[in-house]
Amino acid sequence: MERNAKFYWTLFQSTFCLSAFTVGGGFVIVPLMKKKFVDELGWINEDEMLDITAISQSSPGAIAVNASILIGYRLAGIRGALVTILGTILPPLILLSVISVFYEAFRDNAFFNALMTGMRAGVAAVIVDVVMKMSLGVVRGKDPVAIITMAAAFIAAYFLGINVILIILICGVVGYVNYIVRKKQAEKKEAVK
Amino acid sequence: MSLYLELLWSFFQIGLFSVGGGYASIPLIQSQVVEQHGWLTMTQFADIITIAEMTPGPVAINSATFVGMQILGIPGAIVATLGCILPACVIVTTIAYFYFKYRNVSVVQGILGGLRPAVVALIASAGLTILMLAVFGGASTGIWDFPLESIDWIAVVLFIAAFILLRKTKLNPLYIMGGAGILGMAAYPLLEKVM
Repeated sequence: MERNAKFYWTLFQSTFCLSAFTVGGGFVIVPLMKKKFVDELGWINEDEMLDITAISQSSPGAIAVNASILIGYRLAGIRGALVTILGTILPPLILLSVISVFYEAFRDNAFFNALMTGMRAGVAAVIVDVVMKMSLGVVRGKDPVAIITMAAAFIAAYFLGINVILIILICGVVGYVNYIVRKKQAEKKEAVK
Repeated sequence: MSLYLELLWSFFQIGLFSVGGGYASIPLIQSQVVEQHGWLTMTQFADIITIAEMTPGPVAINSATFVGMQILGIPGAIVATLGCILPACVIVTTIAYFYFKYRNVSVVQGILGGLRPAVVALIASAGLTILMLAVFGGASTGIWDFPLESIDWIAVVLFIAAFILLRKTKLNPLYIMGGAGILGMAAYPLLEKVM
């Protein structure tokens, strides 16, 4: 396809709309991106989209931003990536700036505070629910190292107040060593068979 | 100027270390913005997370904009957001390069797989702090401090109701959070009148 102004506009407008109207984070927006770029526009094929999903989930940062960088880069190099990044971050940037101004104005209002307090209880429930599902997933994995890591990281963060980044770095090293050991064990088992 | 740099660096770290989706950024934002820099109080932080969850866009970007706006206005919002996406720009393209060259990212996935339990624990820790704040309305001064006389019973009821709905139904969490807010808006002023 021709990389003219119309192409860049479509690219920008697609990512802008996806970002502006998708509530619920990366796991919701990536399937919608597939719908737009694979099914509707036909700019990216199904396999490429699977790769893009895999990479954006295994990189740090917001999944939606990662996926849009990859789509833009795949379609039109750095220039494309810049267009899709802009399309993805502008809606939250504008919306949250406006909300932030309102927040300042309303934060002493009793009704607004009641609304926020109620929603906070709801958000706490959502986070607790997510944590329960995720931690059950770790426990079901039946990997003792993973379970101990989880418990130790929780104690370190909540009870000891150790720096979050330090915890992530240490657990990253532990996880990596564990991954290598398990891989070697699996290979040994294969060899015995 | 230095405040801009601090903001940029803070959100750079948040972007760099939040692995595994939106919730993973919450403990990092709390650590940077509330605990290390004291830019926001715990209540303001909980408000930001609440708003970020309710609005479109990634939680980390939403929070970056909000925090930036609160401390330095629109330039602050832009700087914080830039800081947040910079690591992704570099890392995503690097990983993509290796992925397309070797067709597998098993080392990266190995590290991420190892991080997953830690990320769950960190989200749990941040979630518990928000829960404590919701239940005690900011009266609790530490993790072992449970000021029973200042329990916010409306929040407790809303939390339990929301939790049951989340577990038992397939209702969109957005409606549940919004519903809790609307009920709160009705219940708190009403209770004040009664008391």
